Amino acid sequence: MSLTLTHYLVLAAILFVIGLAGVIRRKNLLLLFFATEIMLNAANIAFVAISSYIGDLSGQMMAIFIMAIAASEVAVGLGLLILLYKKYGTLDLDNFNLLKG
Amino acid sequence: METIAFYVFSVLITVLFLVTILSRNALNAMSALAAGMVLISGLFFILGADFLGALQLIIYSGAVMALYAFGMMFFDATSYIKEKNTPALKVFLLSGLSALILVVIFAAPQIGQNVQPFIQAPEGVDNPHAIGIVLFTKYLIPFEVAAVMLLVAMIAGIILASKKMDVSLSEDDDHLVDESELKEEK
Repeated sequence: MSLTLTHYLVLAAILFVIGLAGVIRRKNLLLLFFATEIMLNAANIAFVAISSYIGDLSGQMMAIFIMAIAASEVAVGLGLLILLYKKYGTLDLDNFNLLKG
Repeated sequence: METIAFYVFSVLITVLFLVTILSRNALNAMSALAAGMVLISGLFFILGADFLGALQLIIYSGAVMALYAFGMMFFDATSYIKEKNTPALKVFLLSGLSALILVVIFAAPQIGQNVQPFIQAPEGVDNPHAIGIVLFTKYLIPFEVAAVMLLVAMIAGIILASKKMDVSLSEDDDHLVDESELKEEK
């Protein structure tokens, strides 16, 4: 049984749903970041698999730019997390509901 | 051979990412995420995208996870993490959305069976060479924009993280100071 594109797309979908479940489930901001990284990686797998099976390099280009965006997101996001931790002493999302209605 | 490798990698990646989102210890979650990133580069090597596999190893497993590890030194990494109870309506909407995404993902190859390659891979060169050719001809401007974006992100990260870097967190904690001032006022 040889590998088809659908194998990789199913794997990417499963990983994306795992990341989405993590985003829904987590309350700690750092672990929320981990879940978004999982979702970005799932998208990368789908891009690279499709580009490899169609013989088109633009999917791999998209994956490269996704990696660049993820790296800059982590740099800025971790800076913000450190500021939040210095200000509030916790990363729990429930402590940041400053806009009470 | 490739099939066996694919199944081994995919099972391991799924298990490791499940550990990442289910673990109650932040350090375990980070280690599992780093291991999953390394195994994803194995998937890229199976697909023949050698350059992407190397980039995945360098950027994700190297830079991003090292950055998380350093960031985690600021936080209380050993404490257990509380989870949240999501309301049922939100769970319903989000699971419906993800089911829709799944259907679209599985239907896309059947619909797009006659897709023509937009950028044909150059003949007779290996993958990193071909990526270099395409990246510096067709994708030159996005490449430069990404470079500027990375520079901006680096400056932003330095400025954000280095505020009050010269004082220790435990000695000069803003809201602890505020609380003691409040007590004095009372």
